[in-house]
Amino acid sequence: MSSTDSAELALNNSSGPPSGQRSWLHRNRIKLAPWLFLLPGLIFFFIYVIAPIFQSIWISFYEWDGLSDKEWVGFANYVELMDDDRFYTSLVNNVWWLLLYMLAVPAGLGIALFLNQTVTGIRLYKSLFFFPFVISQVVVGLIFSWFYNPDFGIVGIVWEFFGATPPAILADEDLVTFGIIFAGLWPQIAYCMILYLTGLNNVSPDQVEAGRLDNAKGWKMLWYVILPQLKPATFIAVVVTVIGALRSFDLIAIMTQGGPYGSSNVLAYYMFETALSEYGFRMGYGSAIATVLFLIMLVYISFFLWRMYQDERG
Amino acid sequence: MFPKPIEKSSAGVRRGYQVLLPIALFIWLLPLLAIFLTSIRPAIDINSGNVFGVPSDFLLIENYKAVFVQSKAGMYLWNSVRITIPTVIFAVGLSCLTGYALSVYRFKWAVPLFFVFVAGNFVPFQILMVPVRDLSVNTGLYNTVTGLVLFHSAFQLGFCTLFMRNFIKALPYELIESARIDGVGEFKIFWYLVLPLVKPAIAALSVLIFTFIWNDFFWATVLIQGDHALPITAGVRALNGQFVSQWQLVSAASLLAAVPPVVMFFAMQKHFIAGLTLGATKG
Repeated sequence: MSSTDSAELALNNSSGPPSGQRSWLHRNRIKLAPWLFLLPGLIFFFIYVIAPIFQSIWISFYEWDGLSDKEWVGFANYVELMDDDRFYTSLVNNVWWLLLYMLAVPAGLGIALFLNQTVTGIRLYKSLFFFPFVISQVVVGLIFSWFYNPDFGIVGIVWEFFGATPPAILADEDLVTFGIIFAGLWPQIAYCMILYLTGLNNVSPDQVEAGRLDNAKGWKMLWYVILPQLKPATFIAVVVTVIGALRSFDLIAIMTQGGPYGSSNVLAYYMFETALSEYGFRMGYGSAIATVLFLIMLVYISFFLWRMYQDERG
Repeated sequence: MFPKPIEKSSAGVRRGYQVLLPIALFIWLLPLLAIFLTSIRPAIDINSGNVFGVPSDFLLIENYKAVFVQSKAGMYLWNSVRITIPTVIFAVGLSCLTGYALSVYRFKWAVPLFFVFVAGNFVPFQILMVPVRDLSVNTGLYNTVTGLVLFHSAFQLGFCTLFMRNFIKALPYELIESARIDGVGEFKIFWYLVLPLVKPAIAALSVLIFTFIWNDFFWATVLIQGDHALPITAGVRALNGQFVSQWQLVSAASLLAAVPPVVMFFAMQKHFIAGLTLGATKG
């Protein structure tokens, strides 16, 4: 904005006569202004996000079908959880998701290193490699369901090529979770890759040169010179991957609906199933599962906020 | 630059890289390629087990037309538009205000409130599900596009505020201070001075939120029941049930669902990546 513009604005603004009331507002406008800017968003966010968290925790102490009166049951829902095999299966699967989803971080780094060149057309290659992330997980889930089909899927073709009987991955209690995680890794690796590509773009060339002079090459260079500079990218990649793993819902809903026999359930899907499906509208019990999931996530949220707080002060 | 630029390698390595690139891309995108081939196949291919081979006939137009004629895919797509566009406008618009308030003013609550928005952005959906559904039912917003838009806008506000606040914080503060000394009102500073400067952030956020909301499946399942408001993601699942073993049609519908975010990504690639990688370069 040019200086004449701001002078004009200044004139417009000081045109009114300073009455008593006006001057109180005037004196306090710096204090009031942030609240006026914040109010619409804050109210909205409070109603739909902040309040429901506490309401859910509250509802988890009730037995409620969503329609009739709530019945206070104290910790009964949580006690029931401790004896619920399906809950434990979901919890264990969530741990698998967390662990295996983390493979997206090194895999993303690997592809980013592979693509971090300047040959012709590389920009298009980078975009196309990123493609899976843009597509809905519903579509990813459908694609992989067909891949895993033992009768005509890719898996079937590959296994038969080696003369083996193809496994029915999505119908096998021991394999199903890994099959779904593998499908989920596809878009997640693309996400981590783009984070690392941006990070690599900003690696200081001086330090790379200095490393070369010190005879650092290959793995050594990657480990001692490049990775320390990629720390911010790694941090974000880990955060989004953890959140992605704990939020896994779409793929399970599309590929197996938690089956066979609940063996591919995770907390996010099990909660939905208990609270909102033909298995009965147990809102209180569902909320108890959601609260457990929330507490697990809270560990990561606190960690993230703590890091941000350090940055704010520093 | 790391790894070593390929131009500095031997001719053999260079050629090897040039060959490897398309092969790697082919394998990486194999799932998409397969679904595209399936979507232009005649039904007879699928019945005879020719699912991944060369189609015996190319029915690009016929199959995609059949999706629109035989199902409500057109309506689902339109619903997705009606849900996504207003959400983008609401969430991004409101976050300009909140982001401005939390970055420009130094008041006691600025950092705590900012952290509330950030934390809210990360919570699992399930902890919100029962109360939000209940609230929607009680206010008559359950099973309506409006209800879904209101929730999405509120929830995306967390991410949008994080983004906007950091973007505005990086602007030179002296600009705002000197305008204040000139006596410019607070809202005018926001409207005439800051808003034009955050245009890139608005663009980046808009494409990101568009993609997030377009691809949402969970909330559409929780808050919508009827076809009249169902977006395409949930619609594709419904079609999967309707077109039993007519994979060519399900594939075509899936690809249709994927087209808008893909187009958005390619059209606004720079902004999209800038938005997604916010914070990936600086601690």
